[in-house]
Amino acid sequence: MSMNITMTVNGKSVTAAVAASTTLVEFIREHLRLTGTHVGCNTSQCGACTVHVNGRAVKACNMLVAQAQGADVMTIEGLAAANGDMHPMQAAFKEHHGLQCGFCTPGMVMSACELKGKLTNPSDEEIRACLDGNICRCTGYQNIVTSVKAGLAAMS
Amino acid sequence: MKTDGIGARVTRKEDHRFLTGNGQYTDDIILPRQTYAAFVRSPHAHATINGIDSTAAMAMPGVVAIFTGKDIEESKIGGLPCGWGITSKDGTPAIEPPHPILCIGKARYVGDHVAVVIAETPEQARAAADVMDVDYGVLPAVVSTGTAAASKTAVHDQAPNNVCYTWGHGDEAGVKAAFDKAHHISTLELINQRLAPNAMEPRAANAVYDRSSESYTLYVANQNPHVERLLMCAFVLGIPEHKMRVVAPDVGGGFGSKIFVYAEETVLVWASKRVGRPIKWTADRTEAFLSDAHGRDHVTKAQLAMDKDGKFLGFRVDTTAAMGAYLSTFSTAVPTILYGTLLAGQYTTPSIYVEVTAVFTNTAPVDAYRGAGRPEATFVVERMVEVAARDMKMDPAEIRRRNFIRTFPYATPVGLTYDVGDYDATLDGAIKMADVAGFAARKAASEARGMKRGLGYSSYIEACGLAPSNVAGALGARAGLFESGEVRVHPTGKVEVFTGSHSHGQGHETTFAQVVADKLGIPIEDVSISHGDTSKVLFGMGTYGSRSLAVGGSAIVKAVDKVIAKGKKIAAHLLEASDTDIEFVNGEFIVKGTDKKVPFASVSLTAYVPHNYPLDKLEPGLNENAFYDPTNFTYPAGTHICEVEVDPQTGKVEICAFTAMDDFGNIINPMIVEGQVHGGLAQGLGQALLEDCIYDPESGQLLTASYMDYAMPRADDFPNFRVGNNVTACTHNPLGVKGCGEAGAIGSPPALINAITDAIGVKHIDMPATPERVWRAMQTAAHA
Repeated sequence: MSMNITMTVNGKSVTAAVAASTTLVEFIREHLRLTGTHVGCNTSQCGACTVHVNGRAVKACNMLVAQAQGADVMTIEGLAAANGDMHPMQAAFKEHHGLQCGFCTPGMVMSACELKGKLTNPSDEEIRACLDGNICRCTGYQNIVTSVKAGLAAMS
Repeated sequence: MKTDGIGARVTRKEDHRFLTGNGQYTDDIILPRQTYAAFVRSPHAHATINGIDSTAAMAMPGVVAIFTGKDIEESKIGGLPCGWGITSKDGTPAIEPPHPILCIGKARYVGDHVAVVIAETPEQARAAADVMDVDYGVLPAVVSTGTAAASKTAVHDQAPNNVCYTWGHGDEAGVKAAFDKAHHISTLELINQRLAPNAMEPRAANAVYDRSSESYTLYVANQNPHVERLLMCAFVLGIPEHKMRVVAPDVGGGFGSKIFVYAEETVLVWASKRVGRPIKWTADRTEAFLSDAHGRDHVTKAQLAMDKDGKFLGFRVDTTAAMGAYLSTFSTAVPTILYGTLLAGQYTTPSIYVEVTAVFTNTAPVDAYRGAGRPEATFVVERMVEVAARDMKMDPAEIRRRNFIRTFPYATPVGLTYDVGDYDATLDGAIKMADVAGFAARKAASEARGMKRGLGYSSYIEACGLAPSNVAGALGARAGLFESGEVRVHPTGKVEVFTGSHSHGQGHETTFAQVVADKLGIPIEDVSISHGDTSKVLFGMGTYGSRSLAVGGSAIVKAVDKVIAKGKKIAAHLLEASDTDIEFVNGEFIVKGTDKKVPFASVSLTAYVPHNYPLDKLEPGLNENAFYDPTNFTYPAGTHICEVEVDPQTGKVEICAFTAMDDFGNIINPMIVEGQVHGGLAQGLGQALLEDCIYDPESGQLLTASYMDYAMPRADDFPNFRVGNNVTACTHNPLGVKGCGEAGAIGSPPALINAITDAIGVKHIDMPATPERVWRAMQTAAHA
């Protein structure tokens, strides 16, 4: 069964006819060809597919595109400024070596940005607890924690 | 010092694309007329395949083609090769059963590849794979590593007792003599559990055959594209190497699991010509758990003989190592060459003997996983030393000091020659950084809160920089282990470097560029590093065994030296001097003792615009390549110290502090090295505390095939690590580097288990030290 979908992705309105079973991450990767959002497990455990839906960090593998009908979606591709300058969180990840292979990174950064509204001057432990939904196999998390701390500070 | 040269904390050149979503991983690539593959996998650990009916599946929407083992058999192609021959102690070669790319007659593990369905979309391929009608005759399964050799069932007819080889190494008689005169013999039995590697990017491949050029292109998530091409072309598919291009683009982590030639990508290449369209496959996470080569899986008994002062006299290790159902690419080498040769550790033990029985089981193949053999060796040695210290009532640091190697080069009794090291310095540095002096007070404070606190050491060594080709060859390797590097200087002085190493998170695009920029005295922005494409890079043995900088970096340095040597000749011509009078300093060619000089970019321009050029003596152009074959392994070493608190009510272990004092030789980029250590520690501590790949012992079903069941380390499982370095430069490569990629995973597991057993007062606890295991161990100890 096909259905028509309309939403805003990274500030642009998109419309498409897709199968009703299409997940949000499939729509983003396969239909919109925004391949910065990754699939690490497809079972909402690893967080590699995290995007923002109406300002909330959401695991896009665990949501049908139909559930995002009319929503305002932001992916990693929409985070940097129009002139190409990286978002403060992206810049912090680079500065503090918060990534290695880069596969979990877009999801990690999208999850981290959402913490802005949730935490004030967080401790390392608080940041670690909040990143519980994103798995990284490369970094041992330490530099991610440092990056998130710096990124949140730079966002304020 | 240059701010972006050797030794500087340069932020990574590759990060911008990863951070902005512009990385390109294999699954991101869609080719024109793309089709998609789904594999029909055996639901049984061991079964005959009595028949396959594809009729219903072929009638499903979008299905393009279906292939089974029968098609493979008829096409008379080879099976997947094993790259390392091991000889049993009785002189017979290891048994290497056929490893067909689709099952022929039998399936031998859950997830084994029975058939492939190719369709217009991934969903259609999976839907059709689900209706494939396979008639299985279920057989009893061999699952447990420890009892496989006693099983009445054989995984392969060629190995009726499931033994692949029994390898002996070292001086068995010498060890017996040492045991006979020993004051005390400490013993230890342990299991080094099976792990799933879990790179966050699942394996993926996309293969296409081009009729006009009669050639194949394979995009694949892989750590060594040239090795992939060589093995696939020469040993399996019979494709001429020059008619095959392998591209490993951005790769989302490897940890060993993407070294190997797997059935899936080989089937895709084979089928792509028949289908006449590109075929893509991307593993889902459960497929990754089922079919990625696993790591570890040893059952070991060790005995250490000592004199009355705790000096080690002899060490004997008997290990049974699982190979899984088939021999993966480097499987045979892992529990032998990369394990038995490391059993001297940092110690002067004069006699060592190891015997390894490798067994087939109806489980996924086992092969190299971060550390590959060396974590297993370190776990045996460093747990054994801890047990010995307790038996001898000695301080665990003191027993280590008493046995440290202090003169170099040092030839161990298990075949390696350590070139350099300072084990006292790393131990002392770790003790200081970990504030061992304050441990007693911290322990008292924990006990006042009703908690138990423990401290554990691990003084590890590893052999990296794989490897001197002649040594590896003598040990059974069927390939060379050099590396290539090409430095292409463009007319404007911009430099493109092509390396046979492959970066899948290690940051080569930065580290290698730092080396080149430093040597050539040019800005790092003027250097780019290319890797991962057989059509661009000369040749390469790839990245594993912490070899990229020590071997691949050395090849690049050799090529840079050739560029400078040629540049001197060009500069000599321009400056009207003898080339022996030219020196190259900070990017300028200078006539010694004068102010006559010419910058690097002028020399490169002259090389490509040779109007004023010694054409009678020198070819134009400035492009050099080099192959580097190391003369020895490198020997990173260090001491890790772990401090834990255990809740006696629940058995839950909290890692309070973890200190790693390592010696990686010279360091090019401290930021990247620290990141490698952090990541390695998380994998090692993940093994010790959380991870376990569990098969049902009867059915052979993988019980831990998702992130709901397999405990991946998460951010809140660890404290911040304390890491430091003490440098003794490697003596035999031009950069003096040793490698840092695996040390964290190698050194940390015994440190954690030594800390836990110290805290709760038991001799041993198997990994992972789950709350249940720790709690049960405490109950047993309390009632002993």
